[in-house]
Amino acid sequence: MKRNFLKLALLSTALTATSAMAQDVTLNIESWRNDDLVLWQEQIIPAFEAKHPGIKVNFTPSAPAEYNAVLNSKLDAGSAGDLITCRPFDASLALYEAGHLSGLDDMDSMSNFSDVAKSAWQTDDGAVSFCVPMASVIHGFIYNKDAFAEVGVDVPTTEAEFFAALDKFKEDGTYIPMAMGTNDQWEAATMGYNNIGPNYWKGEEGRLALIAGEQKLTDEQWVAPYATLAKWGAYLGDGYEAQTYPDSQNLFTLGRAAIYPAGSWEISGFNTQADFEMGAFKPPVQNAGDTCYISDHTDIGIGMNAATEHPEAAKTFLAWVGSPEFAAIFGNALPGFFPLSKEPVDLADPLAKEIVGWRGECESTIRSTYQILSRGTPNLENETWGASVAAIKGASAPADLGAELQEGLASWYEPQQ
Amino acid sequence: MQRARIRWHIPVFLAPAVLVYTAIMIFPLFNTLRLALYSKVDQERIFVGLDNFRTLFFDPIWSEQFWNALGNNFWFFIVHMLVQNPIGVALAAILSHPRLRFAALYRSAIFIPTILSFVIVGFAWKLILSPIWGIAPSMLDFVGLKSLFVPWLGKEEYALTTLALISVWQFVGIPMMLIYAALLSIPEEILEAGEVDGITGISAFWKIKLPLILPSIGIISILTFVGNFNAFDLIYASQGALAGPDFSTDILGTFLYRTFFGFQLQLGDPHMGSAIASGMFAIILIGVCIYLFGIQTRMRRYQM
Repeated sequence: MKRNFLKLALLSTALTATSAMAQDVTLNIESWRNDDLVLWQEQIIPAFEAKHPGIKVNFTPSAPAEYNAVLNSKLDAGSAGDLITCRPFDASLALYEAGHLSGLDDMDSMSNFSDVAKSAWQTDDGAVSFCVPMASVIHGFIYNKDAFAEVGVDVPTTEAEFFAALDKFKEDGTYIPMAMGTNDQWEAATMGYNNIGPNYWKGEEGRLALIAGEQKLTDEQWVAPYATLAKWGAYLGDGYEAQTYPDSQNLFTLGRAAIYPAGSWEISGFNTQADFEMGAFKPPVQNAGDTCYISDHTDIGIGMNAATEHPEAAKTFLAWVGSPEFAAIFGNALPGFFPLSKEPVDLADPLAKEIVGWRGECESTIRSTYQILSRGTPNLENETWGASVAAIKGASAPADLGAELQEGLASWYEPQQ
Repeated sequence: MQRARIRWHIPVFLAPAVLVYTAIMIFPLFNTLRLALYSKVDQERIFVGLDNFRTLFFDPIWSEQFWNALGNNFWFFIVHMLVQNPIGVALAAILSHPRLRFAALYRSAIFIPTILSFVIVGFAWKLILSPIWGIAPSMLDFVGLKSLFVPWLGKEEYALTTLALISVWQFVGIPMMLIYAALLSIPEEILEAGEVDGITGISAFWKIKLPLILPSIGIISILTFVGNFNAFDLIYASQGALAGPDFSTDILGTFLYRTFFGFQLQLGDPHMGSAIASGMFAIILIGVCIYLFGIQTRMRRYQM
């Protein structure tokens, strides 16, 4: 009797489960943005589901550092979600070439994006796009306005002013001049080298020349940023060698540091953590009046798993991601992740607005190591992490670092040989 | 003549263990070894023989990383052998002293870190040693030795040794327990007979107890060896997959992880990864064989 009851119960759950499936399609999104879980669940997904009854969306992120590894394993095993958040450039290109991502050129909403925006998720010849661009992040420096007022420091625009400001904070002693550590390594390259670098190598001009093989990493404009980074070490506070990324974030938001070399993705976190007013300044130029260059890095896209069981529903979602409606929700829900659509989005957050305003004043470029140049072994991006840390610690001379990176790149990249 | 009956119960009872062990240990092991002989060219897997191993050992980019990881691994092991095992033996000797009070308390307290997860240990120690929030700098400050504080985990020259000592802190309970058990099994009569011959106190330890627990120390050494050369978790939890600073804490396990699964912009390469895994397997196999055939067979055993 008891057993029969159990069977019945199982059968009925199975039935309800299948009937539910017949009505609703559930899409799973793979992502590394576990910080955004709440925003997806409370704003983005409800907005989509309200317009598209019958499609349910699940946002299932994994840890950023493990995302690529986890995603690749899941795709190979056939257990990955229907929609895949795309890292820019080679990681996603490899997925497309392996047949894991579908081409999306037949979608109307792709015309909402400029070629530069799409470039991070295209084949090298630009023939096929495989992810819908979602957002870019801009590098610069976020600063504590109260600290600047208290110590009497003006917001720097040139490099000389920048170091003068740091000196002043160091002399004053109330604040750690700059919050950054070298323990996790990537900040030194991402918020250090690729933040200040574009002013030296003139943004796209230098980046494309490097890819074409016309410039070398041993050239002055590629080595000079390391020499500048070498000067940072003195302003980073005690024990910065073992300071982690969360440590730096906390130091700044607790009001113990004056300047934070940043990516705009920090804005939403900092807004909730910091109880002082924040401002932002662009990477300082060498001489007043020089053209400024900023790293406006295409960072997130979203594509469709080629093996999905619900290609139609997935395309519906992607089309919505390409719409101005999504850009407005996303841009405002996640200040600091700037939508890439052609139509400018009105942002409410003052800090985000300030930073996105640089797009009008400066030339945009993307991180120098991301396109094509990190395809081989040794991996130029990972090498740049180590080199930037070595520069800050003063462990190697800038010229040696340039020579080492050039040697590694030339070992596999033909245009540089 | 009666035909011998097939004894069905033997295969039946062996089957579960054999099947499970084959499915989750033997098959993956051999498949990894097989995978190391292939490479992926233009989305197609092709057989390349020992080419991956040639790259690993002779290509300067790969071999530098490999030898660095292997060297670090040996240092990690040496620190364990020189610090963990002698301390373990000493603790066991003290604990087995009949007049020690609260022995059970000490025993549990020292053993407890062993059951903690690597992630907790890595994270807790990272916080303890943090130059910003850690209690290590403030404790040193309290006794006036702040100048001795160094951000140990962030300096190339200290990071690996620091991590090895953290691992020693976590696992010192294991040799302690094994030696403690061995010491307890030494019969009183032997010690009393020694006392009659005038061997007491500390010399009783060196001349009677130590020779009797040598086989246990041998077992502990080999367990330490296998554990250290398979280590990965602690380094990954505290220093990340790049095993910073500047690869100074990179051991074979993190090197394998980075290669197999990829990292940041570097894509995973299962075939090179398998080659490294095979290398690790070979190193551990050789080490265990040296112990089994070179040392254990020559060790003298005493009838107790």
